[in-house]
Amino acid sequence: MKELLKKLTEVYGPSGNEGPVLHILQKELKGHVDSMKIDVLGNLIVTKGRGKPRVMLAAHADEIGVAVTHIDKNGFLRFTNVGGLRPVNMLGHRVRFQNGTLGTIGEEKRDSLKDELKLEKMYIDIGARDKAEAAKRVAVGDMGCFVQPFVDTGSRLIAKAFDDRVGCAIVVEALKRMRKPACSIFAVFTAQEEVGVRGARTAAYGIKPDVAVAVDITGTGDTPESRTMAVGLGKGPAIKVMDGGMLASPQVKEALIAAAKRLRIPYQLEVLIGGTTDAWGIQVTLEGIPSGVISIPTRYAHTPSEMVDARDVENCVRLLVEYVRSL
Amino acid sequence: MQLLRQLSETHGVAGNEKAVRDLIWSEIKTRVDSKEVDAMGNLIVTKKGRKSRPRIMLAAHMDEVGLMVVNIDKQGMLKFRAVGGLDERALLSKHVLVGKDKTPGVIGAKPVHLIWRREEEMKRPPKTDELHIDIGASSKEDAEKQVKIGDYAMFDTEYASLGPTIKGKAFDDRIGCALLVELLKKPLPVTVHAAFTVQEEVGLRGARIAAFRIEPDIAIVLEGTAAGDFPEKRDLSKAAMIGKGPVITIMDRTVICDRKLVDLAIACAKKARIPFQLKRPGVGGTDAGRIHMTKAGSRTLVISVACRYVHSPASIASKADIRNAGRLVSAVLKAL
Repeated sequence: MKELLKKLTEVYGPSGNEGPVLHILQKELKGHVDSMKIDVLGNLIVTKGRGKPRVMLAAHADEIGVAVTHIDKNGFLRFTNVGGLRPVNMLGHRVRFQNGTLGTIGEEKRDSLKDELKLEKMYIDIGARDKAEAAKRVAVGDMGCFVQPFVDTGSRLIAKAFDDRVGCAIVVEALKRMRKPACSIFAVFTAQEEVGVRGARTAAYGIKPDVAVAVDITGTGDTPESRTMAVGLGKGPAIKVMDGGMLASPQVKEALIAAAKRLRIPYQLEVLIGGTTDAWGIQVTLEGIPSGVISIPTRYAHTPSEMVDARDVENCVRLLVEYVRSL
Repeated sequence: MQLLRQLSETHGVAGNEKAVRDLIWSEIKTRVDSKEVDAMGNLIVTKKGRKSRPRIMLAAHMDEVGLMVVNIDKQGMLKFRAVGGLDERALLSKHVLVGKDKTPGVIGAKPVHLIWRREEEMKRPPKTDELHIDIGASSKEDAEKQVKIGDYAMFDTEYASLGPTIKGKAFDDRIGCALLVELLKKPLPVTVHAAFTVQEEVGLRGARIAAFRIEPDIAIVLEGTAAGDFPEKRDLSKAAMIGKGPVITIMDRTVICDRKLVDLAIACAKKARIPFQLKRPGVGGTDAGRIHMTKAGSRTLVISVACRYVHSPASIASKADIRNAGRLVSAVLKAL
């Protein structure tokens, strides 16, 4: 599974540009699912099993990134954010565009280091000598993502885009382990979550599931002077109670807790202040769809170096498989 | 441009689009095959084309930003709030028309003679709650004979032709409405479901239910977008400029447009030698933000005309841009 995590986190895939991620997922799932299709918004929808209930699993394929807004006469690129990026996490980092063009992020001179770092005062330098040279490699509207190698420290893993490629890997692994599911599984690798949970809504509308579980990351409160949050790395899957967008449907939450207890794996209850997941959009689609979330505790979310615990990841897979088995 | 004059001078603040809807309907009623006005007031018409697939929705919003009376004080002054993202710096001393009877008034504030020059008040534009609409009433009772709380107020702006450009209010999005009306008057290569939507300026509300009804495969939104062609010393990201052609959106705050449609629009523009510009990514939002997420989703494109000073009492737009936007939309429809 680490091999898959490496592939999925190192690949390019900002919101609206999920193609390369879906390509890896399709290759990985071949032979393990009954059907695969990509819908108009770019969601990859795979099915497995027959019968009731119809269960939707959602993990988003996109990641945060940047979009080029301007190429200046010296070939520097001005950019805007795609999803929730903080300027402080970007300086000195490298970005890659879909065609492989690489660049580094710089900033205009600040009069004082106390001055706020602003996106408008930053730029991407792709090493072009002037506008004409830059325009051969990138165009306004092109999106870039961070560049970082996947690192395995043993029990813990560091990579960009664990949000939410770790969720994608968990759903892939769970699909492989569920050999003959007794219900209809619709696993969706959703598009455009980071820009406002867009793909999950249209996918849910098309699928009309009876119940849904999103698999996505959540924050932690276990780093020095961090925000107060009763979720930590290595303490098991986090089962969502609420976040900035939703209250998890009680029946799904309770069923996830029961599944964790049957497996005798550690689990944590998650209350996230701010932020939300695909489940927020799915829950209020059509006449309402009972929805819950399995969250992977993740440090440094929305930075180029996010960290998860490998045992948490494995336990998330087991929890998802057991939950679906119990439906 | 005669139609655009009428559309611009018609009042239709979000939630009060009837006059605009009636005008549009009178223009197109003999040219379309079916009509419906839905529960929120969207005007949805279908005009058959040579082929019926893909299912295409074209959308332009009828509403504009404006004001609403929220209180009448003892002296008969009307306190008001903005409806939609109005440029509140631009309010002082503007002529407005209030309510159904179009009672004339002036937006007033404490006069300059009564403010010490160095006071903070002189250094910034007055805020909405420091302003009032003065309809010349002598008392609350007197004012209530002409207006009431909840009445809309609208800028009394005359449309004019200024050489290669036009001046008027509500170009956002009456230009889109005018483009759509003109399109519906011509034979079409493909059947079009046209939605003249309500309440875009207060949160893309009408488009959501219009798209739910139409259920398009492809949606094209016609808009007036902010122009940023002012003298800039620095070589930074810019908004579109007037006179440089229709504006194609790649990504704004509400949508990432379908890349294949964007590329198709660019190819159509190049082939027909229509000048075009790309909208600065990441700013603004349109009905496309709701339409593309409705039901199981649709592929969406936004084509706009750049307008200076949008969301203020008077905007300026280029006649050539409007013509070219119409040509571009027609070319895209033909290529679908």
